[in-house]
Amino acid sequence: MHLTKEEERIFNGEFGEGTQKAMELLVAIGDAYDAEKLIPITRAHAASSGQEGDMYFVELLAKGGASCKVPTTTNPVYDVEYFHSIFGIPEKEAEVPRRVREGYKQIGAILSWCCTPYITENIPLYGEHVAFSESSATPYVNSVIGARTNREAAQSALAAGVIGKTPEYGLHFKGNRKGTLLVKVEATLKDEFDYTLLGQYVGKQIGYGIPVFTGISRRPATEELINLCAMLNTSGAVPMFHIPGFTVEAQTTEEAFQGDIPEDKITVTDKELKQTYEELQGASGKIDFVMLGCPHYTLKQVEEVARLLRGKKIHDNVSFWVCTSATAKFLAERNGYVDVIEKAGGHVVPDTCIDEPCWHPYRHKIGVTDSPKCAYYRRFKEAVVIRLKNCVDAAIKGEWR
Amino acid sequence: MGGYGEGEALVSHEAICFYLTDPKTGIIREKCHELKGKSVANKVLVFPSGKASSVVQIDGLFKLASNKVAPRAMIVKDVETVLIVSAVIAHVPLVDRLEEDPFKAIHMGDFVKVDADRRKVTVIR
Repeated sequence: MHLTKEEERIFNGEFGEGTQKAMELLVAIGDAYDAEKLIPITRAHAASSGQEGDMYFVELLAKGGASCKVPTTTNPVYDVEYFHSIFGIPEKEAEVPRRVREGYKQIGAILSWCCTPYITENIPLYGEHVAFSESSATPYVNSVIGARTNREAAQSALAAGVIGKTPEYGLHFKGNRKGTLLVKVEATLKDEFDYTLLGQYVGKQIGYGIPVFTGISRRPATEELINLCAMLNTSGAVPMFHIPGFTVEAQTTEEAFQGDIPEDKITVTDKELKQTYEELQGASGKIDFVMLGCPHYTLKQVEEVARLLRGKKIHDNVSFWVCTSATAKFLAERNGYVDVIEKAGGHVVPDTCIDEPCWHPYRHKIGVTDSPKCAYYRRFKEAVVIRLKNCVDAAIKGEWR
Repeated sequence: MGGYGEGEALVSHEAICFYLTDPKTGIIREKCHELKGKSVANKVLVFPSGKASSVVQIDGLFKLASNKVAPRAMIVKDVETVLIVSAVIAHVPLVDRLEEDPFKAIHMGDFVKVDADRRKVTVIR
């Protein structure tokens, strides 16, 4: 990869070890993909995670004097003091998330601690070159917004945020953004849970690829698109998709394939969605917890939980959690939704992912969730995946049948 | 990722997820994996590609490296961003796109020298 004189100096460490390490990582990636040069980016999202590998890299850069050159948001890293007051967090466990939080603060990231920054604090415009990691974030900014990012890792996104550049390869080129296979949707998509199932099924079927969906007749809501993105890129490795007429880069199927319609095609009917749902079921009976907000619930989803819980009481044996962004929590408090949920016995928690060690009391417990992504991480003995409405019913009854 | 590493070849025809190895020993413990029970520690690992989310893959290889049970080098058929980042963070030399098919040229147990800076691999049998 060709480096400019200034990039060369960064690579040689003239501006400190932090930017040098960031540049080394970008060059390694650029060389592997035969990128010719680095291109400027306008923003980044680092999927920080409160794990040791993440801590090592952010501290390496921060201690080496690096700081973010473009706005760079952060993924959830749980608030140790908050969870310590509820569950008790052993000092040994508390060190990593504390240091990760401190590292991102020192490096000048926007401390969003949120996995859906593309609807709150970090929203690219059409055509912007960016570096977004996180499963729902990469396909969302590519497909729904039409900004351009590769499927980044937390560290490559952070390095790009620090240098303000990324290697030019992959989805930064228009020609690589064309569909690779057709997905004919014959199933009825009623709500955001159906989009979850659609994403789960299609991701698993295709692995890597850029699907083009036809047969979707109603404009998908934000929440439906978020769920589709999250599941396509969890059960598979899908960095982008097209829904001609609704996502921005293609009005027609021909445009989505850039005139090059492939042979590959899959069809999704109600039967496939039903099968996908059945695969996510487990034992029925008493439950210990309800886990919602993977990806982070939007304000609208928190409102829906409040609507379902208004005047109700969650069963004494059930812990009920809604994970959301700090922004949505703030507005949900202002609108009175948090009050309704707390009066019913539930919690609304910002900054936290369902895949974090803070949930250790539920490791051997059984619960329900509306997110297959939540169940996939295996942080719990069992998490049965059902619709939100059924999750709330189960919470009130103390059991799922 | 540049650098030099040498060791005994461990050849996997299936993708590797470093999160599903024992971080203390490097033993692969993924259910149904063809190399389940074998250790990646100090081997030259030959495999088609990585898999799983960026967070777990990078943390997995980083933990192996911290415990000094990471592979000495990696020879890969298809690289992607996450695997490159993993190699850089864990300081494990990585090569791809070799002239010869590594699955034909390298057999389990061969002694392999990997010079990632020059993209040169030497097999001693």
